[in-house]
Amino acid sequence: MTTDAQPATALTPVLSRNWDRPDSFTLQSYRETGGYEALRTALNTDPDSLVNMVKSSGLRGRGGAGFPTGMKWSFLPADNPKPRYLVVNADESEPGTCKDIPLMLANPHVLLEGIVISAYAIRSSQAFIYVRGEVLHVIRRLKHAVAEAYDAGLLGRDILGSGFDLDVVVHAGAGAYICGEETALLDSLEGYRGQPRLKPPFPAVSGLYASPTVVNNVESIASVPSIVANGVEWFTAMGTEKSAGFGFFSLSGHVARPGQYEAPLGVTLRELLDMAGGVRAGHELKFWTPGGSSTPILTDEHLDTPLDFESVGSAGSMLGTRALQIFDDTTCVVRAVGRWIAFYAHESCGKCTPCREGNFWMVQVLDRLEKGEGTEDELDKLLDICDNLLGRAFCALGDGAASPVMSSIQHFRQEYIDHVEQGGCPFDHRKSTVWGADS
Amino acid sequence: MSRVDVAELVRSVVENRRHERGPLLVILHDLNDQLGYIDSTVVELVAGELNVSRADVHGVVTFYTDFRTEPAAGVSLKLCRAEACKAVGAERVVEHAQQVFGVRVGETTPDGSVTLDQVFCLGNCALGPAAQVNGKTHGRVDENRLVEILASAETTERASATSPGEPS
Repeated sequence: MTTDAQPATALTPVLSRNWDRPDSFTLQSYRETGGYEALRTALNTDPDSLVNMVKSSGLRGRGGAGFPTGMKWSFLPADNPKPRYLVVNADESEPGTCKDIPLMLANPHVLLEGIVISAYAIRSSQAFIYVRGEVLHVIRRLKHAVAEAYDAGLLGRDILGSGFDLDVVVHAGAGAYICGEETALLDSLEGYRGQPRLKPPFPAVSGLYASPTVVNNVESIASVPSIVANGVEWFTAMGTEKSAGFGFFSLSGHVARPGQYEAPLGVTLRELLDMAGGVRAGHELKFWTPGGSSTPILTDEHLDTPLDFESVGSAGSMLGTRALQIFDDTTCVVRAVGRWIAFYAHESCGKCTPCREGNFWMVQVLDRLEKGEGTEDELDKLLDICDNLLGRAFCALGDGAASPVMSSIQHFRQEYIDHVEQGGCPFDHRKSTVWGADS
Repeated sequence: MSRVDVAELVRSVVENRRHERGPLLVILHDLNDQLGYIDSTVVELVAGELNVSRADVHGVVTFYTDFRTEPAAGVSLKLCRAEACKAVGAERVVEHAQQVFGVRVGETTPDGSVTLDQVFCLGNCALGPAAQVNGKTHGRVDENRLVEILASAETTERASATSPGEPS
C-alpha cells in the first residue's frame, strides 16, 4: 500500500518493452521496435563523448557491485599499445538472480547493440560474451543472434559503413558459479580453471591476456543503447540522484505473480509487491533478499526502503542484482540459510582456505541446528566462522556466503534458539512449498 | 571408438580450434559433446596436441561440472534444485527420479541408459520445476511429465550449444 502523499512508482519497461512480441528475439522484430537506431547515432559520435555520456548518465554496474560504468571505461590506460577487450559477464548464477538470462532469451539484440556501441566507445575491436554453460538454450539463441547481426553488417568489418570493426564471440562456461567473479571469468575465458586473480592489477590495466579489459554485466551493456537514443536527461530523470535509471527487479518465491518488473531504482518492495499481487494469499512477509542470496536478508521492517544502492546499503544490506526473493511466515530461516550455504560450499573454488573450509563447516553446523541437534554456543561458532570469512576470503564469494548467516542470526536469533530448545525444526516444510500449501 | 579413432578425432578438433586464443575450454566442450566424456586417454592426447602438461588439462576437466570423466548415458537428465524450483516441488521430482532409476544424483543407471544430474538454476524460474533433458529445457516438470519427457528424449537427438537448427 502506498500512502496518498506519495504517488506509486510506475514501471519503466525499456529493455523489456518488446518482450510480449512472439518473435522478440529476432533481428527483424528488434528493428521494427526501433532497434539499432542508437547504433547509427553512436557511430557518428566521437568515442570519448560516448564515454562521457555514459559517465554523466550515472549508469552504475547492474551486476551487483554498482560501480559506475562510464568510470570503469575511463580507467583504460590511454598509452597501452595492447589490444583492448570488452567482456560481457553473462555468467548469471547467483541463487535467486534471474534477469540476464530472460533478457538474453527474449531480446539478445539489445545486448549486441549495446556491445557494439560500448566497444566503439572504448575503442575495442574484440568482444566476448561469457555465458554460463548450463543455459544451453540461451547460448544457442545468442549464437543465432550474433550470426544474424554478422549477416546484416551490424558486426564484423566496417559496421554500417563507419570503418569500425568488431568481432563478438559467444563463449560458454562449463558449470562453475565462481566464473561470475570477473577475474575468475577472465581465467576461464583464457581456458584455465576459473579461479579468481589477485587484484590489483585490475582488469582495466591487465585483464584478458594481460591486456586492458572492461568487464561489464549484461544489463549494464544492454542499457547503453537507450541512453544513446534518449539522452542523459531522460536516464537521470529516472531513479535517484546517486542511483540513476531503471533496472530489472526479479521477484520470486512466495509472491502472487513472480517475474521481472522493470522499474526505476529507488522503488520500494511495498510498491513492487502491490504490482505483483502481494505475498502469497493468507500469509505474511517474513524475510527477503534485496539482491540474491549474497546480500544480507531484510525483513518486513524494510518494506519502505527505497531500492537504490545507498538506501539498501544504509539498511545494512546491498542492492546486489535486485533479485528479490520473498519468503513468507511458513519458511524456516535456518533451513533457507542452510540451503544457500550448501550451494556456496559446493561452488567454492577451493583457492583460499577461509572460503573452502569455512563454508564446509558452516554446512555441518547449520545442518545440526536445523535437525535440532545443535547448541546455542554454535551460533557464536557460526559468527566466528563468518568473521574469518568476511573480508578475509580471496574474492567476494566468501563475503557472499557470510551475509545470509550473519544477517539471519541478527534478525532471527530466537528462531535458531527455538530449534535448539525444541530439539527440532518448528516448521512444517510442506507448507512453504506450492504443492503443500493447501494440505 | 578405437584408440586410433579417438586420437584422430582429438587431432581434428584441436586443429579446428588451434587458431583461437586460449582454446582449451572450447576444445574440451567439443570433445565432451562428441565423445560424451573426457577420460585420461583424451586428456593425454589433448595435452600432447596443445603442448601443455597433462596436469593442466586434468585440472580444467575436473574443475568444471559440465565435463564428464566417465561415459555418459543415452539420456542426460539434469534436474534444477535451485530455490525457485525447490519452492514448487523440485525435491519431490528429484526423489522420484532417484527411486525410479535406482541411482543417486550424479550417477548413471547400471544399464547406461540415464544419467541423473543436478543443476542450480536454468533461468527458467517462472516455470519451475525445471529440467534439462539432452540439452533441451523443460518447465513445469512433475512425476508424470518427467516420464513423458524422458520417453520422447530417447527418440530425439541430443542438442548441444554448438548444434545447428532451432535457435531457441
